[in-house]
Amino acid sequence: MERYRTHVMICTGTNCISNKAWEIKEALEAEIAKRGLEDEILVVPTGCDGFCAVGPIIIVQPEGIFYQSVKVSDISHLVEEHFLKGRPVKSLMYVPPGEKEPIPKMKDIAFFQDQRLIALRSRGMINPERIEEYIGRDGYKALAKVLTSMTPEEVIEEVKASGLRGRGGAGFPTGLKWESRKRAKDYPKYVICNADEGDPGAFMDRSIIEADPHLVIEGMAIGAYAIGASYGYVYTRVEYPLAIKRMEWAIQQAREHGLLGENIFGTEFNFDIEIFKGAGAFVCGETTSLVTSIEGRAPEPRQRPPRTELWNKPTVINNVETWANVPVIILEGAKWYSQIGTETSKGTKVFSLAGKINNAGLVEVPMGITLREMVYKIGGGIPNGKRFKAVQTGGPSGGCIPESLLDLPVDYERLTEAGAMMGSGGMVVMDEDTCMVDVARYFLEFLNSESCGKCSSCREGINAMLEVVTNICQGKGREGDIEFLEELGAAVIDASLCGLGQSAPNPVLSTIRYFRDEYEAHIRKRRCPAGVCRELIQYSINPEICTGCLLCVKICPNEAIVGEKKKPQTINLDKCIKCGACYETCKLKAVVIT
Amino acid sequence: MPKIRPEDLDRISEEMRRTILLRQGAGRVRVIVHMDTCGIAAGGRSIMKALMEEIEERQIKDVLLITSGCAGLCNREPMVTVELEDEPPVKYVDLTPEKIKRIFKEHVINGQVVIEYTLAIEAKG
Repeated sequence: MERYRTHVMICTGTNCISNKAWEIKEALEAEIAKRGLEDEILVVPTGCDGFCAVGPIIIVQPEGIFYQSVKVSDISHLVEEHFLKGRPVKSLMYVPPGEKEPIPKMKDIAFFQDQRLIALRSRGMINPERIEEYIGRDGYKALAKVLTSMTPEEVIEEVKASGLRGRGGAGFPTGLKWESRKRAKDYPKYVICNADEGDPGAFMDRSIIEADPHLVIEGMAIGAYAIGASYGYVYTRVEYPLAIKRMEWAIQQAREHGLLGENIFGTEFNFDIEIFKGAGAFVCGETTSLVTSIEGRAPEPRQRPPRTELWNKPTVINNVETWANVPVIILEGAKWYSQIGTETSKGTKVFSLAGKINNAGLVEVPMGITLREMVYKIGGGIPNGKRFKAVQTGGPSGGCIPESLLDLPVDYERLTEAGAMMGSGGMVVMDEDTCMVDVARYFLEFLNSESCGKCSSCREGINAMLEVVTNICQGKGREGDIEFLEELGAAVIDASLCGLGQSAPNPVLSTIRYFRDEYEAHIRKRRCPAGVCRELIQYSINPEICTGCLLCVKICPNEAIVGEKKKPQTINLDKCIKCGACYETCKLKAVVIT
Repeated sequence: MPKIRPEDLDRISEEMRRTILLRQGAGRVRVIVHMDTCGIAAGGRSIMKALMEEIEERQIKDVLLITSGCAGLCNREPMVTVELEDEPPVKYVDLTPEKIKRIFKEHVINGQVVIEYTLAIEAKG
């Protein structure tokens, strides 16, 4: 038995690693040994805790003390004060924006309070590289239950009754998908885990695999048993090296323990998994392209129906998060699961909160939570007292939802009605300084480079839309442009083969729908109301506020700001390159954009 | 490595129970050792070591060991507070490894307060 009295849980998700989590772990272990505490205190690397904005994160158990923004140089003090002398270190604790008192315990921090963890149930609790710790939290018990006491039909009924829907975007009922593949009498059958997460700013799937790879493996094994498959693929991208490493390691451990391979749990059921590494093309997240990629051909989507099939064999493709829900549904029961969420959207959803928001990170919330709760309670509101403008959900294929719809409950139908979509769970928050035309341009640029080029409507249509929107941003917009974008957008949706093309106009159409006045201001008044589009703005200095501190003069890369010390400065507009450096630097807000 | 059978899952879970309870901060008993500079000078570390030995020898899974700073009565250290679920906390003072082992057996495991070593029984709340 392990005798340690304290477990130091250090987040080693990709985000914290990029802030030196491994170096911190090494420093911790060295300092603990130096103080002779190595038999008392265990350092445990875990998956992502979610509160990425304040990483690297350390949680000290059993007290549940939450340390944030930890640096290597803090470690010596931390070990001496907390681990040796028992005095938790206040300076490393989280202080909510605008407050002074630190909050010592994780459970008291607002960011964590309204979350409900299913797919992320073991985040921060286990070392993802130790199968025993997964089993210690009821791991593989759902698979054992299914294999020893349930028929495939019963498993499918349970998943159907739970109301689980695909977490990758479209929200198709998982149980129905399985049932149709179960009926097919063609063998071999396949299950695939879609881990090709491509939306900018989205890292839900990566974090689930990094935190709890066995949960995904167990979910896939249950699905395979239900439909009669004996082989599975995890399709992910090479740019997720840590997720790949942890998944590889988990697969190997599962094989060694007989949880993958032949005669699992002594039954007739055989199942194994292989990781397929894609090159990171956005279109590969689309299921028909994904299977084409596994088959070794260029990933282009194909017409549906017929259904998506790998090597023309019955295939179930579910997203990482969908698979991760399955073992919990089997263990806790469909009835328990279906009590969480709304009428049509059951369970929880993982979102990555990004953009202009204080508590950026990864959250799992019950379906039906309002966008307002997401942004203001869990997300902690908008930084620097700025005003909320819109939230973009569903990635580049999603849409922008304005302030007037902040009380919208998050579920599949409501988001679609609002012109956005659930998508895989990306949520980008925008404040008053964001230009919605510029946002539409950004997403079009992304989609333009990621379109596979098979359908001319998508390939040429997105390109043409990008050209028009870029012109509008540059002050070259014309009357009729908005109507043209609407018409072209509708055509791209109608004529494209796959989900990428069919949803590509969403960012443009939803911003026109809710922020038409901004488009009109760009076109008619040659003005960018948010002060973002360079060609349409001018920087100047308000002489009544400027104290002549010369900070802006020093930072200006083009020597465009002139004036005497301690006297108001002026900007030479001929030399100004509109980089915004002076605007960012001036604490007095003397630099104004018009 | 032999293949896992369904019943092995329960065995592994039981082996991991102390780890999981500790990480959930969930235990039947919390034993708080008052450390700080004064507590350590008075021998707090030997009390901690004795508690850890007890836990290891007796294979106890639901007892959490927690360190805290000075409790304000430096002249009565080493000092420990024992908190059983649903019972008021009890402070023990002037401890030695022998005394804490007796407290562990009688109070932590069997629920009987060792009155002679206590400071006072705190009122709850």
